[in-house]
Amino acid sequence: MADTEGTATTEHGHDGETRRDFLQLATGAFGAVGLAAVAWPFIDQMNPAADTLALATIEVDISKIEVGQAIRVKWRGKPVFIRHRTKAEIDSAKAVSDGDMIDPQSDADRVQKAEWLILVGVCTHLGCIPLGTSQGETKGDFNGWFCPCHGSHYDTSGRIRKGPAPLNLEVPEYAFVSDTVVKIG
Amino acid sequence: MNKIRTALVAGVFAATASLGFSSANAAGDAVHPPEHHWSFSGLFGTYDRAALRRGFEVYKGVCAGCHGLRLVAYRNLMDIGFTEDEVKAIAAEVDVPAEPNEDGEIEDRPGIPADKFKSPFANENAARAGNNGALPPDLSLIIKARHNGANYLNALLTGYKDAPVDKKVPDGMYYNTYFPGQLIAMAPPLSDEGVDYADKTKATVKQQAEDVVTFLTWAAQPELEERKRTGIKVILFLLLLTGLLYVVKRRIWADVH
Amino acid sequence: MAQFQKPGWLENGLVRWVDHRLPIFTFVSHELYEYPTPRNLNYWWNFGSLAGIILVIMIVTGITLAMHYTPHTAMAFDSVERIMRDVNYGWLIRYIHMNGASMFFIIVYIHMFRGLYFGSYKAPREILWMLGVVILLLMMATAFMGYVLPWGQMSFWGATVITNLFSAIPLVGDYIVTLLWGGFAVDNPTLARFFSLHYLMPFVIVGVVVMHIWALHVHGSNNPIGIDTKGEQDVIPFHPYYTVKDMFGLGVFLVFFSLFIFFAPDYLGHPDNYIEANPLSTPAHIVPEWYFLPFYAILRAVPANFIGEWSTAWMGFILIEAKLAGVLAMFGSIAVLFVLPWLDRSPVRSSRFRPMYKWFFWIFLIDCLVLGYVGAKPAEGVYIAIGRIATIWYFAHFLVIIPLLAKFEKTKDLPKSISEPVLGGGGGSASAAASKPMEKA
Repeated sequence: MADTEGTATTEHGHDGETRRDFLQLATGAFGAVGLAAVAWPFIDQMNPAADTLALATIEVDISKIEVGQAIRVKWRGKPVFIRHRTKAEIDSAKAVSDGDMIDPQSDADRVQKAEWLILVGVCTHLGCIPLGTSQGETKGDFNGWFCPCHGSHYDTSGRIRKGPAPLNLEVPEYAFVSDTVVKIG
Repeated sequence: MNKIRTALVAGVFAATASLGFSSANAAGDAVHPPEHHWSFSGLFGTYDRAALRRGFEVYKGVCAGCHGLRLVAYRNLMDIGFTEDEVKAIAAEVDVPAEPNEDGEIEDRPGIPADKFKSPFANENAARAGNNGALPPDLSLIIKARHNGANYLNALLTGYKDAPVDKKVPDGMYYNTYFPGQLIAMAPPLSDEGVDYADKTKATVKQQAEDVVTFLTWAAQPELEERKRTGIKVILFLLLLTGLLYVVKRRIWADVH
Repeated sequence: MAQFQKPGWLENGLVRWVDHRLPIFTFVSHELYEYPTPRNLNYWWNFGSLAGIILVIMIVTGITLAMHYTPHTAMAFDSVERIMRDVNYGWLIRYIHMNGASMFFIIVYIHMFRGLYFGSYKAPREILWMLGVVILLLMMATAFMGYVLPWGQMSFWGATVITNLFSAIPLVGDYIVTLLWGGFAVDNPTLARFFSLHYLMPFVIVGVVVMHIWALHVHGSNNPIGIDTKGEQDVIPFHPYYTVKDMFGLGVFLVFFSLFIFFAPDYLGHPDNYIEANPLSTPAHIVPEWYFLPFYAILRAVPANFIGEWSTAWMGFILIEAKLAGVLAMFGSIAVLFVLPWLDRSPVRSSRFRPMYKWFFWIFLIDCLVLGYVGAKPAEGVYIAIGRIATIWYFAHFLVIIPLLAKFEKTKDLPKSISEPVLGGGGGSASAAASKPMEKA
């Protein structure tokens, strides 16, 4: 270090200047890298925490849901509807032609097993929770769900049929762990 | 000469400071626990995975009857080598209150990995009622909540002795040199072959104590390995950057004359 | 000779457009680039900018922690543990914040002792010094309230003991304590308001820091020789000389800081604070955080009956309890700093030219360390005596020794200018070698 310093202080030649500029640049770059690395933890802390992620997938026991009934479970802070459909409901869902739908999609694309319909229970219009899961609630004109906020009607496949909502109710990612347990997420 | 004085001042500062702090923390009249070399101590320390697993077995088989671990979740066990299926099975052994059902009643459901360890007692009063008025502390942070925690706990678990003749030990109390006041309400928890280790390690009291201390240290400081790893990198980086800054500083100041 | 050039970016078109309307760039250039700084500052002068940087670190980590913390007695402790266990890098951010408080006090205490040694509080820098004392007071309040937030045993009992100090105030004491608590003990309302104020105070500190720097830039920095700068030969521009020097100092400090964060994060804390607060059980031995220990020692140093008897005997109707006397002594130990510029009438600033004051400075420093040591000990036996002597010395240093020294000390001859002793009387053509000792001086 003593040598290089001697060069820098006694010679004001071209070499010394270049080397100094390079050194300052390198130091500056090094510091910038460090600063960027420090920034990451402060950004990442806003991402979902480990306990939140641990509940990102849930397993639901569906053995107790009778045919024709539906339940509501909380998943990632939102309701998920699980309906055990009747034969009539499945048939009516399959019978709809594309021309009658706002967001055409076949029933087969929306279920893994025809008797089980699993949906994110959030209206695609402005995020309200549609009625029709619990017994006694109005199911709308198409015997599925009805959103009371702005009058969207969904059918027995959760597809939008009437009203302002633009899209069908979302089908979450799910898998049947067994005949009676479904894993959502 | 200035440098020497600076170093001297810094030294005095540091010495006095550390003296003050250590004395501030060493309350009570208990005997100092002997130092033990732990897998997790030192700059590069990591947890001995086999010891963690055995330590969990000791906690579950011996401690969990009275002591909770309420800040640790079953899923955390996956961080120390348990498989997802093992964790699910461990979690499912306990029943926890479910969400209210349609009739508004709260039923029990089996635990899931996302649940925290279920405490053995519902509340402090229940814990005291079940333990002759003594409160078995939750162990989630016990290593951090005691001065020199790992060594202290290791010494405590292996430190039960016959009381000296002049010391009166009341019923339901036990003599332990490492416990402040020497009288502890916890009966000697560990005994040779008190647990059956899955990995067939001989379960001596010494072995069990070391394993459970390792496990509880992890429970209190799950971030320890990542922290030390990051620390090494950060300090190496800073040393390099500071060295560069020193050279740049020397050069910039060289033309002040 | 160092040049006082305006930075190149001031010529940029956009910069000039903005600057014409809001001269913020001229301001930055003037205060951070061209700002003429004595050329002979030593490394003790690094701690001012370091204090500013650690303040920023504390604010950034504090704001992020507040995104996850819950100020409720039932949830505070667990929410802190959730930060430690589940929040991404939460452990890192909390450990930075926790140890950062200690670092802040280390830096500020060194900064203050530097001011004491080199006479930085003397005219025309009295207000600069007093603003610094205000910052110290605000820091102490902020640190105290921050320590309550994790809701551990020390949080709770520290808060109980310190708020109870106010009950020593005659007549209205109990009323004030109830007001502070928002109840009949330290409880949820207390925690919520401490959180609110703990979040507010750092920004108040920023405001006072701005005034502190403003006052500094009116007359410029003091320097190790303590004589005024007498022209361009005595000063150099702040940038790049002191910016790079401060950056180097920052690097050294960050290494020191990192050792605590990553390898001894709980060394400076107390184990009891990892036990959740229990209003029904006091820990065996309550001690404040280390940075309060000297003041804690002064608080406890006042004899339990001495002033009480004395005051009732002589003043009759005013009953000064020992508790109040201790509290007064503790606040007095800081109040005396406010009037220090008027206690020390010696015209010479730097200890280098004050052979006697220099010794008393070191004795005073040791006295403060002794107070810190005693503060960590239980108030019994020999520690009581040591604490009392050290407390008496603390006040005697300011109220007796310093005024007397100003009167009787024979100071050394001051150099004519900064550049003269620096260059060894060499004049203009000094070599690089001659400049070397200066930068480390």
